[in-house]
Amino acid sequence: MTQNVTERVIAILADQAMMDPAAIRLEDTLADLGLDSLGLVESLFALEEAFDISVPFNANEPAKSDFDLSSVAAIIAAVEGLVAEARAA
Amino acid sequence: MRRVVITGAGTINALARDVPGTLAAFREGRCGIGPLEFRDVERLSIQIGGQVRDWNPEQHFNRQQLVIYDKFTQFTLLAAREAVAQSGLNFDGHLGYEAGVVLGTAGGGVNTWDENYRTVYEEGKNRVHPFVVPRLMNNAAASHLSMEFNLRGPVFTVSTACASSNHAMGQAFQMIRAGQCKAVLTGGSESMLCFGGIKAWEGLRVMSKDACRPFSLNRNGMVQGEGAAVFVFEDYEHAARRGAEILAEVAGFAMTSDAGDIVMPSQQGAARAMAGALRDAGLAPDEVGYINAHGTGTAANDRTECAAVAEVFGAAADRVMISSTKAMHGHLIGGTGAVELLACIMALRDGVIAPTIGHDEPDPECALDVVPNVARMARVKAVLSNAFAFGGLNAVLALRAAP
Repeated sequence: MTQNVTERVIAILADQAMMDPAAIRLEDTLADLGLDSLGLVESLFALEEAFDISVPFNANEPAKSDFDLSSVAAIIAAVEGLVAEARAA
Repeated sequence: MRRVVITGAGTINALARDVPGTLAAFREGRCGIGPLEFRDVERLSIQIGGQVRDWNPEQHFNRQQLVIYDKFTQFTLLAAREAVAQSGLNFDGHLGYEAGVVLGTAGGGVNTWDENYRTVYEEGKNRVHPFVVPRLMNNAAASHLSMEFNLRGPVFTVSTACASSNHAMGQAFQMIRAGQCKAVLTGGSESMLCFGGIKAWEGLRVMSKDACRPFSLNRNGMVQGEGAAVFVFEDYEHAARRGAEILAEVAGFAMTSDAGDIVMPSQQGAARAMAGALRDAGLAPDEVGYINAHGTGTAANDRTECAAVAEVFGAAADRVMISSTKAMHGHLIGGTGAVELLACIMALRDGVIAPTIGHDEPDPECALDVVPNVARMARVKAVLSNAFAFGGLNAVLALRAAP
């Protein structure tokens, strides 16, 4: 499942960034991928749709969000957390 | 060029259903934002707004009117009746041919779209009311004003998202200034507080779940409002000849485009609009006592707007008062500049500066006198009113005290 989440998150980010998924590294930041504020909210929408989760993120206070966006690896971990929460609920 | 003055004002918004009530709320720093009440609100992640509560259109309109008026038109008509009554103008004779309407709205009849999409998509019906199109069209409110008051000159609607009203009032100003009209009803209206209206906004993740706190360090987004404000803009000589009471003079206007980003604001675009309005009005920065800010309470707008004010005003930025009344009435999107012009008129006429309520902590990136939380008495001779829209479209009006 973890592998699956990783691959799917990377595929979504690659699609938004118009990059080859193989070119995306786990330590990349969203800025590294060239994603701006609109690219970010669109990526979050795509993740919510793909995993049937709700991502708590307010663009006005990104630091206060429980959803860690600091790197691709962090996003994968955050999505895994939300998927686990959704399954437990 | 002819001088342009304001001889009538009317409004309905979350704070009150008329101008005196709204100004009283501004003075008291009252908040009109609260829990939203409409169908399916429980499915929204954002559940607060500046809603006109207990709205009972049957008190103001008959059955035939109600089937053809979306709520944004109802709000416009109510505001216009107050404004025209105050102006004392009668457009039944020749004046009707020299008078027009320019209104702003971003969404037009959003409630009508929402209700009828629900009918065909959710309820699966294959028939909607025959007047759906004339109810929802963006020019409906402008056209109904022309019919109610016999305004037979230029009548149209401009739609530039959050700057719609300011663009509309700027256009009305220029039409009278150029001698094209003797009087124009102008302002704007918005009513998108419904399930689809708010659901669309949620996706951008710029809305606050708890409060609108412009310029405050702990601000976390905008809060929507609804309502309308309409003004009578009139040729100064025409108004003076009939001995009309003048609320303020519209002295200048400028509009710019960022040509940059579809949602992120630009300091340069905002600064050019403010500087342009000052130049058009023949005002120096230190003559301006008050700026009604766009002040949405988002991280991006407030920081950019303050930087733009500092750039344009230089040393005078430390003395000018700037406040955002959106913390009280919410962001009326296409109608917001019109409601906010009331705060400008109050500053010029009554010497009362509306506060920025919800201001908990100063933000070093908004280091201006934002008139936090409590209204202030001050004599000001000239003011600016800012509006900066999605799409990078900026529109700024400059007003002076009545001549």
